[in-house]
Amino acid sequence: MNHGPRKATRHVNQNEGLIFEKSSDGKAAWKLAPLDVPEVDAAKLLGSSERKDLGNMPEVSEIEIIRHFTRLSTWNYAIDLGMYPLGSCTMKYNPRVNEAVARVEGIANGHPYQPEKISQGALQILKTLSECLIEITGMDAITMQPAAGAHGEMTGLLMVRAYHHAQGRPRKKILIPDSAHGTNPATAAMVDYAVENLKSDSSGMVDIAALEAQMNEDVAALMLTNPNTLGIFEQQIHKIADILHAKGGLLYMDGANMNALVGKVRPGDFGVDLMHLNLHKTFSTPHGGGGPGSGPVAIKKKLEPFLPAPVLATRADGTLGFEYHRPQSVGRVRAFYGNFGMFVRALAYIQANGPDGLRQTTEDAVLNANYIRSGLEGTYDLPYSTPTMHEVVFSDKLQVKKGVRTMDIAKRLIDYGFHPYTTAFPLIVPGALMIEPTESESKEEMDLFVEAMKSIAEEVEEDPQTVLDAPHSTRVSRLDETAAARKPVLRWKPAV
Amino acid sequence: MLKAIGLRSVDELFEPIPAEYRLSRDLKVPRQMAESEIVDYFRQRSRENGEGYISFLGAGAYSHYRPVIIDSLISRGEFLTAYTPYQAEISQGTLQSIFEFQTMICELTGMEVANASMYDGSTAAAEAVMMAVRLTGRRSVAVARSLHPEYREVLATYATHQGMPLSIAGFAENGRLNLADLEKSITPETACVLIQSPNFFGTIEDVAAIAEIAHRHGAMLVVSIAEAVSLGIVEPPRAADVIAMEAQSFGVPLGFGGPYCGVIATREKFVRQMPGRLVGQTIDKQGRRGFVLTLATREQHIRREKATSNICTNQALVALMVNIFMTVYGKVGLRELAKQNLAKTAYAAGEFAKHNRVLFAGAPRFNEFVVQTSEDSSAINNRLLGHEIVGGLPLKRFYPELGNAALWCCTELTTRTAIDTAAALVPHSEGLAQPANDENVAEVAR
Repeated sequence: MNHGPRKATRHVNQNEGLIFEKSSDGKAAWKLAPLDVPEVDAAKLLGSSERKDLGNMPEVSEIEIIRHFTRLSTWNYAIDLGMYPLGSCTMKYNPRVNEAVARVEGIANGHPYQPEKISQGALQILKTLSECLIEITGMDAITMQPAAGAHGEMTGLLMVRAYHHAQGRPRKKILIPDSAHGTNPATAAMVDYAVENLKSDSSGMVDIAALEAQMNEDVAALMLTNPNTLGIFEQQIHKIADILHAKGGLLYMDGANMNALVGKVRPGDFGVDLMHLNLHKTFSTPHGGGGPGSGPVAIKKKLEPFLPAPVLATRADGTLGFEYHRPQSVGRVRAFYGNFGMFVRALAYIQANGPDGLRQTTEDAVLNANYIRSGLEGTYDLPYSTPTMHEVVFSDKLQVKKGVRTMDIAKRLIDYGFHPYTTAFPLIVPGALMIEPTESESKEEMDLFVEAMKSIAEEVEEDPQTVLDAPHSTRVSRLDETAAARKPVLRWKPAV
Repeated sequence: MLKAIGLRSVDELFEPIPAEYRLSRDLKVPRQMAESEIVDYFRQRSRENGEGYISFLGAGAYSHYRPVIIDSLISRGEFLTAYTPYQAEISQGTLQSIFEFQTMICELTGMEVANASMYDGSTAAAEAVMMAVRLTGRRSVAVARSLHPEYREVLATYATHQGMPLSIAGFAENGRLNLADLEKSITPETACVLIQSPNFFGTIEDVAAIAEIAHRHGAMLVVSIAEAVSLGIVEPPRAADVIAMEAQSFGVPLGFGGPYCGVIATREKFVRQMPGRLVGQTIDKQGRRGFVLTLATREQHIRREKATSNICTNQALVALMVNIFMTVYGKVGLRELAKQNLAKTAYAAGEFAKHNRVLFAGAPRFNEFVVQTSEDSSAINNRLLGHEIVGGLPLKRFYPELGNAALWCCTELTTRTAIDTAAALVPHSEGLAQPANDENVAEVAR
C-alpha cells in the first residue's frame, strides 16, 4: 500500500528577510528604568575610549522581533515535530519539566562566585548528579567541568597524560578505531598525542589480533566507543581492557552511545578507566540547534589526583564546598564549574525516571533500533549482521546501482516529514545510513519511518530523479555549499 | 514489537553483552519522582541558593536584565529541540539566526568575521591563542596578569600540554597593563599578547598602545572581552587581530556559571585558522538566498587529527539568547544600557571612595572597581550577607598583592539604595581613605 508522502507538507512559508533589512531609525523594543543616580558624561569618564557609534546594529520593535524569530523557527525541523533518527546523536525527547526547573529563580540567577554558604542548593544539585553519574557508569569519581563531549575527551586525555607522567613513563600514542567519531583523533592531536589507527574486524568490532600487535608501552590509551558507531557492543571488551592494562595503557570510553547501556551494564565493571558522558545525548538536555552540551568525565580511583580543579568536597560541618588545592590536577578546563544549567536538566531527567525508568529507557532504545533493523533489512544493505544495540547502520549499496547515494535518500526523507539519519558515517561503511530512533519513538512513528524508507527505495528503482532532486517540500532546495566555501559570505553588509 | 523481530524477551537484545558484566540489580539513584516532586525539589534547592539576595558580583559573570521575549522565543521547540544545522534545507531558522548573530558580533567588535560561538569566554581565549600560534608559527604567549584569573588557568591547561610557554605581564598603578613589563615579556618566539579589556578590575586598556608593542615584535594581539555590555559605550579593540569574547552579559542567565556563550571574531584573512562553526550565505538550485554551515574543512568531522580544533558542539541556543538580546537593545539601546552601567558604577565608586580606597583611579573603567579595606574582605562580606547582600569578590585568592581588596560590580539593575546600604556597611578604613579623583580620568585617558 502506498500512501505517498504522508507527512509531507509545505511550511507556512513566510518570507522573512534578515533583521537588518527590517531596521529603521527610531524603532525600539527596549525600555530602561529611570536612572536613580546622577547622569554621567561618558566623554569625560572614558576619554578616547568612548564609543560613539554602534554601526549597523538593528532598530526594530518587539512585535517585529517576535515575528522574525517565530517565522525563522518554522523553517527548522525539530524533535518536537517528529522522529529525528540521527545515529550517534541520541535525539530523544527533551522533557519540559527540565526547562521549568532550570528557570527557578535561585537556580537560574545564582552567581558562580556567591559565597558557598548561600550556594548549598546548587552544590547539592552538583553532588547528587555526580553521585548518580558515578553509579550509572560504575566509576569512582567525576568532573563536571567540561562543556561538551569533545571538551570531555580533551579533559580525559589530559588526565591520561598526567597519569602516565606521574608513573614516570610519559607515552606518545593514542589508539583509535577506524570507526571512531572525528573528535577522538582531533582531541588526541590537540593534547599532543600521535594518533594510531586501529582496524575493525569483519564483524565490525575491534580486531583483537591487531590490537595485540599494536599495543606497546608507547601507547597511552585506547579511545573506544562502546557500543561503537556501528551500534555494536564490543563483545571482547574484557580482552581489550586486559591487553591495554597488561602493558600499562588505559581504556578511555567515548560515552556518546551510553543510551544503549544505562541501567543494563556499567563501563566501570568491564574495565574502562575513564569515560565522558554527553548530557545532551543520554540525559535529555536539549541540543538547541547545536549546543549547549555538557561532557562530564567519570574516572577510576587511580586517576582521581589528576581531576581538573576545583573538586566538590564535603566540609567537616557537612556543608559542601570547592577544594582548589589539587597539586596533581591537570588544571582548569573551563571558567567556573561547567554548564551547570545542563546539570539541573540531567538530574531532573534521572529523577523522572528512577532506576526502573532508566533501565526501561535503555531497553526501549535498543528494542526500537532492532525493530527498525528488521523493518528495513532486505530493502537496504546491512553491511554487518552482528547484533544491533541502540542504532543500526545500513549502506546505500543497493541504491548506488541507480546512482542514488545515502545523502540523496536522506534528503528525500525530508519530504516524508522526517529528519535524515546520519549520512556517510562511520567512515568504515561506504555510503552509510546510520539510524538511531531512541526510546522516545512509538511503534506508530517508527512504522511511518520504515514505510517512508521503503517507499524511497521503490522510488529509487522507478524514478531515481525524484530522489536525486529532493527535497521538494522545503523552503529552500539543495544549497550550493561549494560556492559558500569558495567565496565565503559570513556576515550581512549594507548595500552601498 | 518483540514478536515482529522474532524475539521472546527484551533480555535477548542484551545477550551480546558478556553475562558477567550485565547489571542484575537496580541502579542506586533516587527513586522515580512525580513532576510535582521534581519541581518541589528544585524550588527547595533554589531557596538554599541565595534566592532574592542583592549582589555586587561580576568578575566574568554579570547580572543584567533579560527581556522576557528571550525565553519566549528560545522555548519554541523548533529552536530548542533541533540538532546542529547540518541539513540546511530544514535548518534555515537556526542558520539565518546564526548569520545574524555573526553579523552583529562583527558590528560590535569591529572585526570582519565571527564564528557561531565557542563554549565560553575562557576556552575562547585559549582557542584564540592556539589560532595565533598556528598563524605565526611561534609558540609562546605573553599574558596580562589582569586577564581573568580563571581564564589564565584555562589557558595554562591548554598551553602546558602543547609545550607553549606563557609569560605574565603585570599591571601598573592605574590598573592598566604595565607596558614596560609587556615589552620585557615578549620574545622573538611570542605568537601573541593576550589581554582583557575592560580587564578583570574593570579598567579599560589602552589597546592601541598594546597593539603597537605586540605588532612591533611580530606578535598578534588577542583581546578577551568578558563584559559584552561594555561594547555599547567603550570603543572596541579595533587594533586587535583576534577578539575572544564572553557574551553572557547579553541575555544569558548567570546560572551558577554556565552555560555561557564564547565567541571568536577576527580579520577575514585569518578565517581559515579560526576554530568553530561558521554560517555562510549561498543560494539554492532556484537561486534563492539561503544559509549553510561552511568552511567545514577546518573541522574535526572532516579533518580528524588535522582539524583546527576538536570543538564540535557549541552553544547555539545560548547564542540565540545573545542574538535576541542584541536585537532587542539594538543600535541605540545598547549604548543607553551601557551608559546606565557607567553611571551606577561611577556613583558607587564615589560612595566607596569616601571612606575606603578605590584602587586604579587614573584610568577609565566600565562597571567594576576594586575597593581596598583595612578589614578582611570575607569578614565584610559575612556581615553583608546578614542583610541579604552579596558584597564584592574578595581578591586575596587571585591577587594577594592587593591585600584586603574586593572587586565590586554595578549594572543597570543595581539600585542606589543598594549601593548606599552596602557602602555604609563597609567600615571606614582610616589610613587608606583618599578622595575620589575621577576628575583626573579624562586627561589620563589620552
